[in-house]
Amino acid sequence: MTQSNRHASGGRIDRGQPLRFAFNGKSYEGFEGDTLASALVANGVRVTARSFKYHRPRGIVGHGPEEPATLVELEGEDASGNRPATTIPLREGLRARSVNCWPSPEFDLGGVNQLLGRFIPAGFYYKTFKWPNWHLFEPSIRKAAGLAAAPNNPPSSGHFEARHAHTDVLIAGAGPAGLQAALEAGRAGKRVFLADEGTEAGGSLLNRNLTINGQPAMGWVDDAVQELREMTNVTHLQKATVWAYREHNLLIVNERNPEQDRIIERSWRVRAGEVIIATGATERAMVFSNNDRPGVMLASSVQAYVNRWGVTPGKRLVLFTNNNSVYAVASDLVATGIRVEAILDSRATVPQATLDMVPGLSVHASTVVGDVRGRKGVKAAKAVSATGVESWIECDVLAHSGGWNPTVHLWSQSRSSLQFDERLAAFLPDQAAQNCTAIGAAAGHLALDQIIEGGEDLAYEIEPLWRVDLPDQRGKAFLDIQNDVSVSDVHLALREGYDNVEHVKRYTTGGMGIDQGKTGNINIIGTVAMQKGVPLQEVGTTTFRSPYTPVSFGAIGGLREGSVLFPYRHTPVTQWNEDNGAVMYEAGARWRRPGYFPDQGEGLQEAVNRECRAVREGVGVYDGSPLGTFELKGRDVPQFLDFVYSNVMSSLTPGNGRYGLMLSDDGLILDDGVVFRLDDHRWLVSTSTGHADAMNQHMEKLLQTEFPDWQVMITTVTSQWNNATICGPRARDVMQALGTDIDLSPEAFPFMSFRDGTVAGFPARVVRVSFTGELSFEVNVAPRHMAALWDKVLEAGEPFGILPVGSESSHVLRVEKGFLSLGHEVDGTADAYDLGMGWVMSKKKTDYLGKRSILLRREGASTRRELVGILPDDPNKQVPEGAPLTPGGRKEATEGLVTACVWSVVNDRWVGLALLQGGHGRHGETAHVRLKDEVIPVKITKPVFHDPDGNLLRS
Amino acid sequence: MLIPCPFCGERSESEFIYGGPVGADRPDPNTVSDAEWVEYLTVAPNPLGPVHERWWHARGCGEWLAIWRDTRTHDIVEAPDDSK
Amino acid sequence: MCSCIPSYKSIWVILQGRCALVKKLIDGTYLLMNAMATMQNYSVFSLARNAFSGHRNWPLAWRSPPLKDQYDVVVIGAGGHGLATAYYLAKEFGIKDVAVLERGWLGGGNIARNTVTIRSNYMRDESIPFYVKSVAMYEGLTHELNFNMMHSKRTMVDVVQTWPKLRELRRRQLVMDIYGSTYEQISVNELHQRIPALTGGGPDARLPVICGMVHTDAGVNRHDAVAWGYARAADALGVEIHQQTAVQSLIRGTDGNISGIETNRGTVRAKKVVVAVSGHTTTLTETAGLKLPLRTMNLTAFVSEPVQPLVDVIVNCPDSGFYFSQSDKGEMVIGGAPDMGQSFRRDIKQNVFEDTVTAMLSLFPSFKKLKLMRQWGGHLDIAHDASPIMDQTEIPGLFVTAGWWGGYKAIPAGGLTLAYLVAKEEPHPLMSSFTLNRFRHLDFVMEAGTTTAR
Repeated sequence: MTQSNRHASGGRIDRGQPLRFAFNGKSYEGFEGDTLASALVANGVRVTARSFKYHRPRGIVGHGPEEPATLVELEGEDASGNRPATTIPLREGLRARSVNCWPSPEFDLGGVNQLLGRFIPAGFYYKTFKWPNWHLFEPSIRKAAGLAAAPNNPPSSGHFEARHAHTDVLIAGAGPAGLQAALEAGRAGKRVFLADEGTEAGGSLLNRNLTINGQPAMGWVDDAVQELREMTNVTHLQKATVWAYREHNLLIVNERNPEQDRIIERSWRVRAGEVIIATGATERAMVFSNNDRPGVMLASSVQAYVNRWGVTPGKRLVLFTNNNSVYAVASDLVATGIRVEAILDSRATVPQATLDMVPGLSVHASTVVGDVRGRKGVKAAKAVSATGVESWIECDVLAHSGGWNPTVHLWSQSRSSLQFDERLAAFLPDQAAQNCTAIGAAAGHLALDQIIEGGEDLAYEIEPLWRVDLPDQRGKAFLDIQNDVSVSDVHLALREGYDNVEHVKRYTTGGMGIDQGKTGNINIIGTVAMQKGVPLQEVGTTTFRSPYTPVSFGAIGGLREGSVLFPYRHTPVTQWNEDNGAVMYEAGARWRRPGYFPDQGEGLQEAVNRECRAVREGVGVYDGSPLGTFELKGRDVPQFLDFVYSNVMSSLTPGNGRYGLMLSDDGLILDDGVVFRLDDHRWLVSTSTGHADAMNQHMEKLLQTEFPDWQVMITTVTSQWNNATICGPRARDVMQALGTDIDLSPEAFPFMSFRDGTVAGFPARVVRVSFTGELSFEVNVAPRHMAALWDKVLEAGEPFGILPVGSESSHVLRVEKGFLSLGHEVDGTADAYDLGMGWVMSKKKTDYLGKRSILLRREGASTRRELVGILPDDPNKQVPEGAPLTPGGRKEATEGLVTACVWSVVNDRWVGLALLQGGHGRHGETAHVRLKDEVIPVKITKPVFHDPDGNLLRS
Repeated sequence: MLIPCPFCGERSESEFIYGGPVGADRPDPNTVSDAEWVEYLTVAPNPLGPVHERWWHARGCGEWLAIWRDTRTHDIVEAPDDSK
Repeated sequence: MCSCIPSYKSIWVILQGRCALVKKLIDGTYLLMNAMATMQNYSVFSLARNAFSGHRNWPLAWRSPPLKDQYDVVVIGAGGHGLATAYYLAKEFGIKDVAVLERGWLGGGNIARNTVTIRSNYMRDESIPFYVKSVAMYEGLTHELNFNMMHSKRTMVDVVQTWPKLRELRRRQLVMDIYGSTYEQISVNELHQRIPALTGGGPDARLPVICGMVHTDAGVNRHDAVAWGYARAADALGVEIHQQTAVQSLIRGTDGNISGIETNRGTVRAKKVVVAVSGHTTTLTETAGLKLPLRTMNLTAFVSEPVQPLVDVIVNCPDSGFYFSQSDKGEMVIGGAPDMGQSFRRDIKQNVFEDTVTAMLSLFPSFKKLKLMRQWGGHLDIAHDASPIMDQTEIPGLFVTAGWWGGYKAIPAGGLTLAYLVAKEEPHPLMSSFTLNRFRHLDFVMEAGTTTAR
């Protein structure tokens, strides 16, 4: 059985290039230019699928993305699921199998569901499977659903990419209307982006035998494509589906296999000045009993198989229509020598011009199809006349046309409106919401002469028939073939009160398949309208949503993966850190920082203890470069800082600095940091690492929107300065060993001041701040000197036992001192008073951000959660950070939480910080940490465990 | 979305950081009533239609700008007549 | 009596509004029918019985009664919260003269477009017990409403990729434990066993996976069924649901109290009006001169093509900013972050969508070959502190339920406690922290980071 249905000649296939492929394990042959569907038709494969719910045998229905029945799964290299066979270009070695059946569509064990059909109407699951609970039934139901297997690997070769494009005109669809529009715009010198989902341009002309000025229409297409190719202002893509129409004329195009196997798919984000929607029209199905038998096909698809691919789906055809287009199909079939048994036309009168196209054929007006015989392939169709006369006509294909739907998906996605057109019995584009136009068949111009001058075509006329409605109708009449939704399901939904079209859709699942109901949705709307006795416009259509056809997530992601997805920020010391065994991780704000520096065989706690001990007893150094740093310049900086910080900054004298809090106007703590006055007009503001960007935004917003007259200029200098912070009792010794021209004595260079000079030969700004509670020198240098400075610090510090310190140790050191950490103690509830920092809330200033709100909030609350220190009664007992404190340790509403708990090397025990209800008044009492199965008593103390008077950091 | 920046022209939304609706002018916190203060802080215009909002051209020129955008369509529109 | 409904209905459609006398007669008939109406039990037996009569005898799930000009309580919005409130008003508090008015179709708001995640892993004492209650109520809802919600208590697994997130989740874990909600940490190995498709996030990844957190109380169910189940059960108790009934404004009496509403079908009087119209809350309350600290945002979701069972838990990746579960039909139902800026739209911003997809592919690289099938958005209102608002407003008789961000999981408890508030005019203890009172002293309920995606 090799291509038994293939014609000896004709079609846009290359008979010189045979291709081997496999379908459900059997080998077949097709030709270059085939789709999987056309090759299956050529090989006489009739049963190609099983349906979703009843597992009824199904064949190929359509020829493009509208295909509702034959979904396949590709195997091997190009493995992917749920693909309509009609959209898969055939290639050598292709392996495909039907989804949704086992072991094969010919013999499918799931077919037993057909016998149960009457027990599983629409929405049956809402009424059953309740006892004892759904979860019991769920696994087997899930297994029955799902169609194709889930992908288990990313593609092994090739990659996805995404691109931007800007264009004057985007044209969706390269059929006659789209090509014509592209030629006009291209000739006018506009930038044109023409995208078409097919493998070649031509649209409906590929499938039909039409002429333009007496010449074959495809010749016109070839000329148009050639002319467009020569225009440098035109980008013309085939195999490129415009699948989404977003706001501001942004359209997304999915281009498949653009550079053979190197790029699997390319996503285009196209920003268009103007959009022309030339997406053509889709034929819709007729709805009659057993309209899903293999061999019941869309008439235009039969025509496409015959003309485009040179294959015939059958030898004896019956056609069923309510409109003129089928007569052109019959004419083409006759011309190819295929036998047309009859044309059944539901209309009372068939236009004479239409009849003239099919001389000698048997045309039955006022006649419908009442039933179809042939479970695994059509054997006969029952013709029923208006007077009730029935006759069975033997045939192997029943080609039907319920009329044409302009493909308005993109139009509707753009939020443009639709209007039901009674003459065409279809929803047509109405008011445009963006700069877009619909042309050609998408605008309801369904005949070629309406689109192209000289085009010759039959006029389109239709009398809608939303479903065949006969007395004593037997057999299911499907509205949605993919989801097995029949007329009786819709009737049931309406009967039960689910009478909005959205209810019908959801109750029956009609139109919710992968094909999104391209051939059947309108019939659902028509059936609802018929049943309710209202016009279609009143029933309305459901919303068209992107994507027009399914798109792989890989293409949407493009190249944004791995290191470019979310780039790290690095300091110049990163390489040293990695070379020296630091455990590195994300430390907020995308900085990759060393957590700790374990020695051989050492765990986290031991390493941290060693680093902390070095800082407390000798000296340590850490890389403080990521701290947010901003230089503020201008006359009005003092009043600006006084407004954004809760304390007074304007009184600072050059060379000196002050710690402060930034609040939001609703009284939440935004950030803490240190401000230095460099000279009269230059100030240095440092913020926490994690909030640097947000604080930049905050300050810029205030300046630009609230105080546009104030002279303040903000420059981000975080990356202009890097620093090595030397801390510990021996820090001054290390500084001296490094060599500096700065007088380091505490009198000449006190705490919270800075000095410019040289350190180890590098120009440097040295700042005396401390985040550890020890004597500290923050040595800031230009980034190009940072790595060298780091090496020199370690070298100079070696005699003093200097150690590099990671962020884990920094955390321990700040907890021992009771210094705040955003995200720990500052969690969006505590204010400065709660944290024991009332001194930072200026009483002098009449206004600053957050002042009024904090006063208001403190008037309201009875007791507040206040910062305390905690000492577990058992000094060796660690309390998990975040653990709740409850009254008496009982399982009841919490009265606080542990914000931090660390092993203190200076106290040789676990110490912690906590926010506790009324905590300031409870020093000396015992509180209780409530864990899942355990209560840990802790002693409440002041939140400082080392050098409470701050003598060391000022030393 | 394309956002018109006074310096850079229409630029993609991805270059901007959203800065919230333009609210009422900040009242004098020392004279305003509690209720008015709370309303100033927490209540923003939430129109089904044009909203006045700020965006920061953070990945561009750094300008803070205000636009009127229709919340139903994302269309950038002229300031309504009744706006101040 | 079941079979008489369609004929009755068609007569009513023809005569509606044309003849007052006939209308009165019909109203009388309707009352009689109401008295006779009992909700048909749904079971495998009723399904079989109906199968043999061609399913022609199923009764209406809810009626379409004529709109009266007065009710004890009017609920605006036939979404999850509105329908549930009406149901509990009738069921628990005996208030049955209730009309639920819906501008579009019942169950068409956010309940039609959310990602059906039901969970109680919150952080604060104010929130956890409320959600624990809601989760428990959901578990019994199929039987209570005799409508299969397809409740699937399938567990949520958080994929943790940063230490600060882990600290936050551990903090939640211990507070949740106090209220009986479960949260357990699992290792990376166990995580891979639970979610074999999680092949990204290895040690060399940009954000390596650190561990997982397992919330066994979490589940999913069928959102349409929740709306339809509440509607059907409320209807059976006498609540009237009026679709295609758009409320244009709220009406206040001379005493300043709420006195009714203006609709496209005329004025309806009621001394108590509940606004349950996520997203449009302020649009309505402003018609009565009431300002609320709410902003409307667009939150989006999308589904993949249906594939064979791959993931049987809800996967939440808070550090990467997305979450998903696989529906019974096989689709991956995926959610991410909201759009920036206020929006009443129901579509998706491409940049937000791409961010979500790229984050997902970094942890689930095999999904590159999976295809997007459908995407949509919903608009919801977010309060200044991102916690919900349920209260009687400063306009006596006007109640709002708003500010729900992930409000699907709150429907049962939200409906019950709001019904309590409407009936008793005092807050239910489970929701007393969610009243407007908190704003008077800027005492926010900060559940930072508890929304699933961020």
